[in-house]
Amino acid sequence: MSWINARRRRPAAGYAALLLGLVVVALVYGSLTSRGGVSQAAVGAQPDITAGKDLFQATCSSCHGLEAQGTSQAPSLIGAGAAAVYFQMSTGRMPAKEVGAENERGPVTFTPQQIEDIAGYVASLGGGPAIPTAEQVDPRKGNPGVGEELFSANCAQCHGFAGAGGALTYGKDAPPLTRATPTQIYTAMLTGPEAMPVFDDGALPPEAKRDIIAYITQTRVEPNPGGFSLGRTGPVTEGLVIFLGGLGFLVLIALWITARRRDPRPTGPIGTEQK
Amino acid sequence: MSDMEETEGAEAPVAPHRVIGTPPPSPRLLGSTAVAEPDAEAAAAVADGGEAVPEHVVGLPLDDPRVVEHGKRAERVVAACFTLAFFTGCGFVAAYVGLGVHTVDKTLRSNLALGLSLSLTLVLLGLGALIWVRHLMPDIEMTEERHDLRSDDKDRQTFEQTFKQGAGYSQFVKRPLIRRTLMLGTLPLLAAPVVLLRDLGPQPGTSLRHTVWSPGRRLLVQGINRPITPAQFNAPGSMITIVPEGYEDDADALTKAAVILIKFEPGQLQVPTRHAGGTLIGTMNWTVDNIVAYSKICTHVGCPVALYEQTTHHILCPCHQSTFDATTGATVIFGPAPRPLPQLPLAVDSSGYLVSRSDFTQPVGPSFWERG
Repeated sequence: MSWINARRRRPAAGYAALLLGLVVVALVYGSLTSRGGVSQAAVGAQPDITAGKDLFQATCSSCHGLEAQGTSQAPSLIGAGAAAVYFQMSTGRMPAKEVGAENERGPVTFTPQQIEDIAGYVASLGGGPAIPTAEQVDPRKGNPGVGEELFSANCAQCHGFAGAGGALTYGKDAPPLTRATPTQIYTAMLTGPEAMPVFDDGALPPEAKRDIIAYITQTRVEPNPGGFSLGRTGPVTEGLVIFLGGLGFLVLIALWITARRRDPRPTGPIGTEQK
Repeated sequence: MSDMEETEGAEAPVAPHRVIGTPPPSPRLLGSTAVAEPDAEAAAAVADGGEAVPEHVVGLPLDDPRVVEHGKRAERVVAACFTLAFFTGCGFVAAYVGLGVHTVDKTLRSNLALGLSLSLTLVLLGLGALIWVRHLMPDIEMTEERHDLRSDDKDRQTFEQTFKQGAGYSQFVKRPLIRRTLMLGTLPLLAAPVVLLRDLGPQPGTSLRHTVWSPGRRLLVQGINRPITPAQFNAPGSMITIVPEGYEDDADALTKAAVILIKFEPGQLQVPTRHAGGTLIGTMNWTVDNIVAYSKICTHVGCPVALYEQTTHHILCPCHQSTFDATTGATVIFGPAPRPLPQLPLAVDSSGYLVSRSDFTQPVGPSFWERG
């Protein structure tokens, strides 16, 4: 403490405190947002179910069982459908790095054709939701206005009002939708991966899903008033920034205003007169 | 600056003043400052090391060449700040007059220009004033005497006399008719606030206890406003936000009537129980085909709760982390919510669509003291 006491009034102390604050904010922000992996998978190829079965038994069966019947570690995939396989594998969540309640988006280790093959094999086991056509997920054919209302009512609680993601219970989180492709968004709604509820076609018809996709893709190109997006997570970041940044800045200004000056400053004559 | 320089006797050291409310300086410090050491940094370091109130250090005389040179530089910086403030202030006026606001883009640009120019003007004025105070005004400690709040007896007597004299001249005491009619005339003004405040009503009455849900009212999917059948809502793990038919766009009604619909696997849903008038009642017959409907309004402070995890069957309120277990009648398992989310009794109408069996049987939203 005496080391700090001896130095806290130096002119450089204010700048040092500011720098320290900025570094801490940058580190916290970086640790919260760093997430690797880019993935993209095309849709439309014809699945080869035999090849898909071979791939499945080589890479998936250790957890899901040789006939996809499920094990104590992972659920049965009979009836899961091609859409679920497509979502999980095209976002790099499967094959999972470890067994847990939640898998993060990661690098994709399979080609689009291989994913199609495995999806075709799983679909052949017991039906389930299929991968949508390109037209079903075309954002230009959707109505972002209707999509906004649907998104606000059913998605924004977890994914944030602009799809920036958010926290769930017990350390889980809803991922940001910034890199999800229209087909991935569609298949996620259709199958309800992990903690996400299912929005199947009875509750949300395909056109409604397309409206939601149109809204999500529209938010990505919206300009940021003021120039900074702040992660688009809403009042939380804005409050954090103004609290740490704005309030801290005002404190530093106050320190500077009342700091002791080091340069020559006249007293003497007027001081003695005032007495 | 020029009139300051005329003063003489600059070398006389000033004894340290003690500010009221501060501890007395230690004897060691008194000795060190009495030397009138012009090096302020050294004195400050001694004061800091001693953990005492820093003493007032006597600076250089006004006519010292270093002070004069420093003052000239500071004067130029202050003048530059004020001049820049003039230009940014002109920029504010120009932006207000010149930039249109009739589209979103134009308004954004106008707001940016107005905010930037006005804040720059104010910051530059403040900065100039600060540099002025810190670098030009001499560093003088002054002591101001404190006076008693009570006036002295002579002043009080004079005031009393003046008051009585005025009262006599006005004949306020002598003429009761005027005095009483004046009081009568101001009486309605005193009553006016009562009337005005009363008109802030009407009182909520029993409106907090009811929503627009009524027997046979269809459940519509919010956004696409379509009724839904149990067969359409048949994927376990599904969740959707529901609005009452006829009130799809009535924001006032929806603030209380919004509902979330959740579908379970057979056997997952345990018998939800409710207290009604002190007795425990089962509400399994309020569900249809493992579909259950809960109020979307949190019972804590009324945030919308729709953060539903299909793996854990938890409904989480994003405002204060109240967590409800959807399988057991939305009982509170964590957080500040005082009671479960009210459950909407469901039925199926003759066309096969999901409808409400009745209104909620208890008030929705934040709990209030007469809830019953």
